[in-house]
Formats: sequence, structure tokens, C-alpha cells
Amino acid sequence: MSTGLLTLFCAAAFVLVWWLARSRARSIEQANRGQRLHSRPVYHGVYVALLTVIPALLVVVAWAIAEPFYLSKIMSAALPPDVAARPAGEQSLVLLVINSLADGWSRLTAADIAQVREAGPDVQRMLAAKDIFLPSAPEGWMVDIARDVSQAKSVSRLLATGVTVLAAVGGFFYGWRKVATGLRARNLVERMMLLGLMSASAVAIFTTIGIVFSVLFESIHFFSMVPVTDFLFGTVWDPRFSAAGSDSSGQFGVLPLLWGTLYISFFALLVAVPVGLMSAIYMSEYANERVRTVAKPMLEILAGIPTIVYGLFALIAFGPFLRDFGGSLGLDISANSVLTAGIVMGVMIIPFISSLSDDIISAVPQSLRDGSYGLGATQSETIKQVVLPAALPGIVGAVLLAASRAIGETMIVVMAAGIAANLTANPFEQVTTMTVKIVSQLTGDLEFNSPQTLVAFALGLTLFVITLGLNVFALHIVRTYREQYD
Amino acid sequence: MADITADPARTRARAWNSDEARARTRKRYAAERRFRMYGIAALCFATAFLVILFTTIIGTGWTAFLQSKFLLNVTFAEDVIAPDGKRDEQTLRLANWDKIARTALYQVIGANEADRKERKDANELLSRGIDVQLRDMVLASPDLIGQTKPVWLLAQGNVDALLKGAIDRDIPEDRRQLNNRQLAWVDAAVDKGILAKKFNTGLFTFGASSQPETAGLLVAIVGSFFMMLTVALLAVPIGVAAAIYLEEFAPKNRWTDLIEVNINNLAAVPSIVFGLLGLAVFISFMGLPRSASLVGGLVLTLMTLPTVIIASRAALTAVPPSIREGALGVGASKMQAVFHHVLPLALPGIMTGTILGLVQALGETAPLLMIGLVAFVVDVPSTPLEPATALPVQIYMWASSAERGFVERTAGATIVLLGFLFIMNALAVFLRRRFERRW
Repeated sequence: MSTGLLTLFCAAAFVLVWWLARSRARSIEQANRGQRLHSRPVYHGVYVALLTVIPALLVVVAWAIAEPFYLSKIMSAALPPDVAARPAGEQSLVLLVINSLADGWSRLTAADIAQVREAGPDVQRMLAAKDIFLPSAPEGWMVDIARDVSQAKSVSRLLATGVTVLAAVGGFFYGWRKVATGLRARNLVERMMLLGLMSASAVAIFTTIGIVFSVLFESIHFFSMVPVTDFLFGTVWDPRFSAAGSDSSGQFGVLPLLWGTLYISFFALLVAVPVGLMSAIYMSEYANERVRTVAKPMLEILAGIPTIVYGLFALIAFGPFLRDFGGSLGLDISANSVLTAGIVMGVMIIPFISSLSDDIISAVPQSLRDGSYGLGATQSETIKQVVLPAALPGIVGAVLLAASRAIGETMIVVMAAGIAANLTANPFEQVTTMTVKIVSQLTGDLEFNSPQTLVAFALGLTLFVITLGLNVFALHIVRTYREQYD
Repeated sequence: MADITADPARTRARAWNSDEARARTRKRYAAERRFRMYGIAALCFATAFLVILFTTIIGTGWTAFLQSKFLLNVTFAEDVIAPDGKRDEQTLRLANWDKIARTALYQVIGANEADRKERKDANELLSRGIDVQLRDMVLASPDLIGQTKPVWLLAQGNVDALLKGAIDRDIPEDRRQLNNRQLAWVDAAVDKGILAKKFNTGLFTFGASSQPETAGLLVAIVGSFFMMLTVALLAVPIGVAAAIYLEEFAPKNRWTDLIEVNINNLAAVPSIVFGLLGLAVFISFMGLPRSASLVGGLVLTLMTLPTVIIASRAALTAVPPSIREGALGVGASKMQAVFHHVLPLALPGIMTGTILGLVQALGETAPLLMIGLVAFVVDVPSTPLEPATALPVQIYMWASSAERGFVERTAGATIVLLGFLFIMNALAVFLRRRFERRW
């Protein structure tokens, strides 16, 4: 059954049961005149409806998770010993053929199956006409397994439907019988709601766990093929020719990428820190209301522009401009130079620095400024010698957060930075970043077991660890700073 | 006293009206003015960059909204379209549509049909997508067969580029995309008024194509729409529920601290890492189809969730405690107080935050590249499970094509994307202005 239909059916069942139970609660109230219900009839309705739908949904979800494991167990148990001994990569192909056959089993007639068994030349095309697409022609024993699997599957589906209906009906009758004047339906419903709210807030935890595990798992897989030290300390990035694995040492060195990432981020901060900080100072200390109402939204627009637009701008306008400009000065600036990506990225992170610094500078108590003015300092002297030192930890936090943005930024560097992994200190040349390589290793046709693909996850892990470290540190600084003046 | 009389020079320098003191004050005021100028310069730099960015994008992209088309008197000759008299779909699909368009073109520009070279030159003026255009017209109303009707047909990309001034007429013929004869034809057609730039509806109705003139954004817009729908249906309920729990019910303990730290960190995780998560969990582990907008929507949901949670929490905090206390005072339960009183009052703020989350999701590209939305999709997806692409991804794909027509379309697509973002932001601002309450 499709998910949409299932959802619709659940909703309909919910409403129906809710209505039935509510009417029952009302009639009970009317029958026992003088004795009011503990909870209003609506809550009785919701209570019974939840009792009906939730167990059924739990069964459906549990089944959907368990069934593939059960089927794959049947499948691997039935594999001939010589196939079972093959490496995982080849086996997965066989399993794919069997799975596809089993999925489409119901669409095949007895004659079709006989034809598949004989393995004529057109079997694949015949099956494709019936929406069964196979990577290779099936062999006779695969057909047997596919039959078993498809039978097991239909049995399992039948069982699942039965158990689901049973759970729903059981839940319904349990709730139905409990509807009475004394039932504390509201408290029970509210407890279930609280549980729902709690699980929603746990999604954030699961996301983090998901990120850590998916990236870590694939990275470990990668490090089983390429030694960790080669990855971390290698100075050559050249993933293409190491498929054989024999002379792969040094080919997946992350250092050039790390260098490129940090170098571009450095230029970005070189642009963003002065501009962002000065705008923040001007806006919080000098600007009148009119300037603020124009400048603040302007910086917000800068923050709201998608990074792909910045990337496009760097690609079609800023890169060529810098190249021609450098040419007129006699400098050889590549259109995809460190400078191009760095400056455009710097503009992108200006708003991060300015808005955070603005908050932080505004949080410095007025009494500090007044004291400084009282001693005869000018406004800029006050800012430079009193306000900024007081706000320094917070500003450092803001800069670190911006740095983590710059390091994790993808689209600007994908479009505006180079693809050659150079270890160069010349800002007019191309370098590449970790994010660029993640994208280039993972777009196009993927083969999930090759180090060329898996290295993207190792790069992702490196990126995640670096940005996480920066974020935790920066948030810690900002938080301690905020508490200082509370 | 010794101090006063000891050093008359220093005393003079310290006096407020001494020359040295005045010079010092002037210097300090100059420093003050300079410092103030730095601030203005910083704001001007940001503004200038913004202006240059927008003028560049709009200046490059606005021509994408116009497309050169020929006005041709097309005769839907029955002997060409359906020689055997059958008018079923199969016949119509396979008919020689190019021929009827070309016949009409030869007549207007006066090309000699017998000359093979001349015929080829003339054919190159029309887009390769015209057969689809004519076919769809006839499929929509089969009565057209046998009639003659003026139709605006797409010109080829080079003709379009010439009309938009992107092809230099002065470069030698052998290196120019259009030869002298074609140039003359085009000029004559423009003079006659049968070749003109019209509003480019194709930009919004075509899918992917290798020819710039028949490449459009429809698949990307539909894909982005599905993704926004997924995000709105998942991120909003989950995010609001999480915010309600954390703000109204959660006890202060380790577990809630952990959740809070988590949310703050998730908001700062690079978006590309979410793409890796989507690839590993949704595609490789759960077996959802690659290139499907549903997967994109799920990844974007996880990515926007922190934004929605943080914004909703801010909106809930802004509701004064007296509202809760009032509700509790008249006998409401905690849950009732929240859902009947606090949540409705916080709703405008939540909506604003949600729209800002959607804006972030709509402009996001990097995680979508990981999960296969970089795809050449011609047919418009009708469900979120079919292959699709997204607006920013389409921009990325067009940006990697070298042809002039695609450069213009890339910037045009960017204008469309920025337009959508502008509308959503305006809606958020409107909601904030209209419904925001200050207590």
C-alpha cells in the first residue's frame, strides 16, 4: 500500500473513531444524569482514537524495518555455497537480481518463468517490458530463490496486515471499554501529547547521531583501504590512479585541500573582519535611526542571498574582472584564484560578523562608556580603548563562527575556486578546498565501495570535526561573555 | 610650590588654550573623524558590492526573459503530417514537423529549396525544438491539419545571440557562428518584422535541454516546490513541537542541555555535511531513489529544523508569562494553556521564522548536489519520487555550460530564484508588521 493512501486511511480512521468515542462519552454523560465526566467528551474521543491508530502505526513501522532483514536472511541462507563465498561486491549484484525478480514476481506468468529458467537471449528485454529491470540475466537457481523470497514476502505482508488490524481493533476496544465518567481522559491525552513533543525535540539528537554515524562509518570503511596517516599527512591529492590500491600511498593526502580551505578562509576573514566589525561599530555607536533602518536590512539582504548567487557572481563577473585588472597591472591572476573566492566569500560572511558584533557591542554596559567620556575621551577613543576590549571575547567568538562558515562554505568555492589541489602560497594561483572535492567525488556515477567515493566521507568527517570544534569553542566564548554582563 | 614653578614650558603645554593642547585636540578630533569614516566606508563597501552584484546579475540575465522567434505562416499540410489519413497519436508523433516549418521559412526568407547548401543554412536558423512546439499544437487541436496559420516559432540560439548583440558581426565569416548568407536573411527578416524578440514563456515551461533556446526551468521549479512542500510539512510541525517542549515543558536537566547544545551546533554544521548524511542514510541505507525531490526535501528538512526551532522558541519566549498564569489561574491545564493561549499568540512569530527557514532551504544547493539532484531531467515530475532538480541546482548546471545562451539563462534563472526569495521575504516582513504584538 502506498504511503499516501495509508496516511489518508489512518486520518479517516482517526476521525471516525474520535467521533464515535466522543458520542459515546456524551451519551454516557446523559445517561448518568447529575454525574459529570471527568474530562470533556472531546478528550475521550481523542484518547480512543490515539489508542486505535498509534499501536497500528507502530506495528507498520516495526514491520517495515524488520521485513528486509528477514527477507535478506532467507536469501543469503538459500545462496549456493560458491556464491556465498564471493566478495560482498559481487554478491550484492546477485542479491539485486533476485530482489528485482521477487518484486516483480506477481507480474510474471508461468510461461514467463519457464522462459526465464531456460535463459533465452531476450529474457532481460522481456522482463524489462514487465517493469523488471535486471543488471544481468538471471540464472536458474536465482529464480528458485526469487520464488521463495516472493512467497515469504507475500506471507509477511498478509501477516503484517493481520497484526496491524488486530492492533487497531484491540486498541479501539480497550479504549472503548474504558470510556466512563471517571476516566481521566484529558490527563492521559496530555501525557501522550507531551511524549510526542518530547520525541520531536529528540529529532535534533537523532540528526546529530545520524551525521556522526554515517560519516564515521563510511570513513572507517575508507581508512580500511587507505591508511589514516596517508590521508592526514599526505601532501599529494590525486585520487584517480589509485584504484588498484597497490601504490595508493600518498594519493589521498588531505593537506593540499586543507591548505586551500584555510587559505581561502583566511582571505575571506581578511575582508570580512574589518568591514563587518567597522559596520557593527558604526551601526551601534554612531548611526542614527535613519541610517540604521537602511543599513541593517541591507546587511540582512547580504546574508539572505543564496551562496550559489555569490558563486555565480564570482564566476561570471568578479573572477574575470580580477584577471583583467591583474593583467593591466602586469600580474598573472588566475580567474579562479584564491583571491577571487576569498573576497567574494568574505563579503558573504560580513553579515555574520556584523550582526553578532553589533549585539555584543550593544551589550557592553553604558556605564563603561560614560566613565570614559567623563575622563574626556572622544567617542572613538572610548570605543577603541574601552568598548572593544570589553567586547573582545565576544568578537573573537563571532570571528570564529564566521571562520567555521567560511571553512564549510561550498557553492562559492565550487564555482569560483579551482579544482587543482595545489600547495601554493601565491594568492593569484588556484587552490582547491575540501568541500569542492567532496562535491566532485560524489557527483556523477557512484560506486559505493571505491576509495574514490568514500574519501568524500573522510573529508566530510574532517570538515565536521573542524567546524564542530570551532563552533563549540566560539559558542562557549560568546556564552561566557554574555553572562559576564548580565 | 616647586611643581608649579619648576617647568614653565610644560605648564604652558598643559593649559587648555596652549598651542600644543589645541594641536593635540585637533589631532584627536581628526582621528575621531577618520574612525567614523572607516565605519561609513565599511557600510559603503557592503552596499557597493550589493549594488554591483544585483546590476551584474540583472544586466546579464534580463535578456533571458526575451527569446527570438520567427513569425511563420505554417501550413499544416495533411500530406506531410498524416499522409495515410490516420490521425492517431502515433502518426502525429512521428510526423515530419520540421518539414512544414522549414517550407514556411524558405518562402519568407526566399531561400532556394533546390540548393542543398542553402537549405542547410536556412534550416540552421530554426531551433531544433520547433517540432515539439508544432506537434503539441496539433495534438491539442487536430483541426489545425489542412489549415494555414501564423505561428511564432523559436529561432536557433545563435540567431537569438545575434539579435541580442552577443555575436560580433565584424569577426571573419569562417569563425563566426552564422555565415554571411544567414546574417543577411536574419537582417531581412528583422526588417520585415517576422523575426522579433518575444517574451520567453519557454523559460517557465520547458525542462532540461542541450539547446539553450529550449532549456527551461519548469522541472526545477516543480522540484523546488515539492521540496518546499516536504520541508513545510515536516520541519514546521516537528520544529514547533520541539520548540514548545523545550520552552514550556522541559525540565532543566542534562538531557535538555544536551538537546540545546545539539540544536545550536546543528545550525552551524556546514550544509554539505547534511548532503553526506542524506546520501548515506536516505539513499544508501533506506534505499530511496536518487534524484528524487522527496530525498532533497528530507535533507533540507533536517537542515532547516534548527532555524525553525530557534525562531519558534524566540516567538514563544516573547509571549508574556501573565498569559500563561491567567490561563492556569482559571483552571486550564499546562497543555491547554500552551495550546489554547500561548501558541496562538506566538503564531505570527513562528510563521515568520518558518518562512525564513524556507527561504534558507530554497536557496541551498550544496547538499542537493550530493543526493543526485544534478540530473538532466526533461519530463516534469508529477510526484516527489520522480527525478527532478531544484532551482539553485539548475543554476549550477547551466553555469557550467559554456554557450552564450546558457550564460544568459543562468543569470535569468538567478533572477527567478531571487524573485521567489524576495516574495517569501516580503511575506515574512508583512506578517511581522501586520501581526507582531509588543507587550
